[in-house]
Amino acid sequence: MSEDNMHLYEVFIRSKRGLDHKHVGSLHAEDSEQALEYARDVYTRRNEGVSIWVVKSSDISASQEDDNESFYDPMDDKPYRHATHYVLPDSVNNM
Amino acid sequence: MSTLETLSPLENYAVRLGDDALVLGHRLSEWTSNAPFLEEELALANTALDFIGRARMFYTYAGQLREDGTSEDDYAYQRDCRQYTNLLIYELPRGDFAFTMARQFMLDVFNLDFLKALSESKDEALAAIAAKAIKESTYHLRRSSEWIMRLGQGTEESLERLQHAVNELWGFTPELFAMDELESNLLHEGIAVDRVAVHDGWQSQVSTLLRKAGVTIPDTSWQVEGGRQGIHTEHLGHLLSDMQFVQRAYPGLQW
Repeated sequence: MSEDNMHLYEVFIRSKRGLDHKHVGSLHAEDSEQALEYARDVYTRRNEGVSIWVVKSSDISASQEDDNESFYDPMDDKPYRHATHYVLPDSVNNM
Repeated sequence: MSTLETLSPLENYAVRLGDDALVLGHRLSEWTSNAPFLEEELALANTALDFIGRARMFYTYAGQLREDGTSEDDYAYQRDCRQYTNLLIYELPRGDFAFTMARQFMLDVFNLDFLKALSESKDEALAAIAAKAIKESTYHLRRSSEWIMRLGQGTEESLERLQHAVNELWGFTPELFAMDELESNLLHEGIAVDRVAVHDGWQSQVSTLLRKAGVTIPDTSWQVEGGRQGIHTEHLGHLLSDMQFVQRAYPGLQW
């Protein structure tokens, strides 16, 4: 059997109603329908989920390590973006 | 435990259904460490476990009917070839992947209809086992019918292998719909499933998908039966010698 036609998929599982889907791993499949079934067979064997998403890995755009300086460092000196930066006036009691 | 030579009709019926499930479960388990890739290997192993679990429920129920402490393991490990009453199609070697999937597809279609009927049996235990198994078989069929389309519309070689598998299997399918005296009597009591009634739906569902996949339906010029009488193909003995080895060599061993 040829594996040439197989694509890499990322698997997201929601473990309970009300919670978010979480990334649990990846797998190979020929198309998204098959990926969904393999996700069921590989990642929910111990009753881990109530909902599955699969996404072709190539469809995910990811930030790169090299971008870190320009992406995240500029936030270091902007404490006013945190609520804790602000001192509450005494007249505000419960917030 | 007594010798398991004489079985009451209801016990016998439960054991038959258990034998079908166990033997297929074992065949599927043979793909473990031999499957084409990891994802499919786990999927096949899951299916194997569904069938082995089904066998356990049927055997356990049969043992309870006996009321002498006969356990599921006694049925699985303490009976020889001639005492096994599975239908022949279940025991055929797993073959190549196309063969495994073609058989699975034919049996999934059959089992789904069979189990739906069994879930309405007057025997509550059998009906409960069937109700649980329907959910599993629904998923099995989803997978196997997709594989039939994939193999049929894949490459020249995959279609050729699928066609070959269907040709090999076709003569073993009539046995799925054969009623003997035991099952006819149990049917009369509202316990057993009428296999004849399942046939037409099976034939049309299986033929339709196989044709859609590009497979030519073979002429049934030959057919083989004998499983219910313990007359098996040469393959079952080898399967049992593998499966029963530990309990035969070390009776009662536990781990």
